[in-house]
Amino acid sequence: MIIHLLERQGIRTIAGIPGGANLPLYDALSQSDKIRHILTRHEQGAAFIAQGMARVSGRPAVCFATSGPGAVNTLTAIADARMDSIPVICITGQVSGGMIGTDAFQEIDTYGMSIPITKHNFLVRSVDELLEVIPKAFCIAASGRPGPVLIDIPRDVQSGFLEFEEWPEPGRPSSLPQFKMQDIKEAAKMINNARRPVLYLGGGIIHAEAGNTALRLMEKASLPAVATLMGLGAVPSDHPLFMGMLGMHAARYTNLALEECDLLIAVGVRFDDRATGRVERFCSKAAIIHIDIDPAEIGKLKLAHTGIAGDAGQVMEALLPLIDSNLRREWLGHIEELKRHYPLQMPGKDDPSTPYGLITQVAAFLDDNAVITTDVGQHQMWTAQAYPLSRPRCWLTSGGLGTMGFGLPAAIGAALALPDRTVVCFSGDGSLMMNIQELATAVEENINVKIVLLDNNALGLVRQQQDLFFDGRFFASDYRYRPDFVRIAEGFGMRAVSLGSAVDPAATLADALSTPGPYLIHAPISADERVYPMVPPGGANIDMIGD
Amino acid sequence: MIEATYERPNTLLSRERHTILELIVNNHPGVMSHICGLFARRAYNMNGIFCLPFGNGSRSRIWLLVDKDQRLEQMIKQMLKLEDVLSVQQHDGNHEVFVQLERFFYF
Repeated sequence: MIIHLLERQGIRTIAGIPGGANLPLYDALSQSDKIRHILTRHEQGAAFIAQGMARVSGRPAVCFATSGPGAVNTLTAIADARMDSIPVICITGQVSGGMIGTDAFQEIDTYGMSIPITKHNFLVRSVDELLEVIPKAFCIAASGRPGPVLIDIPRDVQSGFLEFEEWPEPGRPSSLPQFKMQDIKEAAKMINNARRPVLYLGGGIIHAEAGNTALRLMEKASLPAVATLMGLGAVPSDHPLFMGMLGMHAARYTNLALEECDLLIAVGVRFDDRATGRVERFCSKAAIIHIDIDPAEIGKLKLAHTGIAGDAGQVMEALLPLIDSNLRREWLGHIEELKRHYPLQMPGKDDPSTPYGLITQVAAFLDDNAVITTDVGQHQMWTAQAYPLSRPRCWLTSGGLGTMGFGLPAAIGAALALPDRTVVCFSGDGSLMMNIQELATAVEENINVKIVLLDNNALGLVRQQQDLFFDGRFFASDYRYRPDFVRIAEGFGMRAVSLGSAVDPAATLADALSTPGPYLIHAPISADERVYPMVPPGGANIDMIGD
Repeated sequence: MIEATYERPNTLLSRERHTILELIVNNHPGVMSHICGLFARRAYNMNGIFCLPFGNGSRSRIWLLVDKDQRLEQMIKQMLKLEDVLSVQQHDGNHEVFVQLERFFYF
């Protein structure tokens, strides 16, 4: 019954691992001719695969885990989905109803543990509840601000029988919230009167499929724009009005321009501290228009002079006819000036043996159909700075939770959802080792994923912070043993190559990227490479270190 | 079910320091932990909680005695995001519900 309800929701791929408490569910899944199952090596991998599918498609994706350790193993990836507003539905097995509360084998309070990290969760108590709960879970996950939903189903409920007249309608997103035209008029007036406005775009633009609307707004009103880590790809990175990512690792000119703006138009953002720096000092001279689908975000950290709780696309569409065309020569000229003096420095951009050079070269060998995932750390920030992202839903990164181990399984999920695309996972040695077991899954399913591994044999961003803020006292950030990642990948049955020992690294890289199927590309880098500029944690964005 | 905690009885009900929230919620096991968990993880002090089902039992009314705090508006917004919370209404800190209840606590 659960499997049929999932089929009716349009689910065609489920990642997971079977165990004692979800075997009835797996037995039913074995009878499905519609759903393909991806057997992962760790439940966290399964939940990140679901995230990968959901992030590229915008639709809820499903993962399975058994009770106890299986369920607990998914929690990191569920929390990650919560922070980045990703619609994932995690279905966990639970011990039979009669055994709940007896400390049974592999019993854990999955419901209780998942409360703070899900948008909503269910403990299903009877078979008939399934008819309501499964469609409702899909509705909740995809409505408004999306998010993960966990459904905990006891074993006896999975194997129960029920007679009923009709299958319920599949769960769909509920209608978008209404907003007041008065607020739109007020916001339009503020934009038209502003002399130095900046548009601040976040992940909400991606969820709302509102990249094109944002672009039209930018162009009509000549609004220079910045994006959060989650908002990258919403508008093309090479657009003349786009100033790149803001915040902790922004180009110097970007943070300086924000400091001077007199109006901040924040759309689909939550004023995360990595974007704003010390929030009291963020855009200190600016009035703020805050547009977000989640009313709780408006005014949460920064008082909005005009707050509009609504869908980013709909609100911007409503604004467009009220916005005056404006060339803003003075403000744009000033930003040009700032950019000339304080551009993003990418040392080594022309040398493929450096991080910026390697990322640039990978991009040169791919087109804008490629999907890019990252893990978490220095490589993530270098990629965010240097990779020319131009389309929404092609950039998958763990923004809010910053989960190392995200990149590989998310890339597998993306490739499962988009089998014709090339998916590249930029990773670091620290991050890759946090879900390295999924190399086996990628090989088993012959997934078209290229892992570009920037290996400094260290926890690079930790090391960088110890260098900058702890007087260079490196501790627990360098690995003492250097694993051979090429042999590890080959041990899993994956093709692998090291650019460090290649005679012609560029040709080797091009060959690996164009070979179908999974491939690990190992690139040794120095542990002394740094991500600059950098705003010290807790500091204001204008107090950047480095050029 | 009655559950309440207090620090100093003589200052329990203060119009200045407290506010009373009236919630209508779906009545099923787990709703209470969603609400209490929200307060706990945001380090927002909840002094009293009083809850009973009403009507046909599918819904409950929850009375919360909480500190007045600048974060109250954000807490109410967060409560309204919970699937099982149908409405939240704010009352004065000396609302009758806890005044009446006091005699069960102060002996």
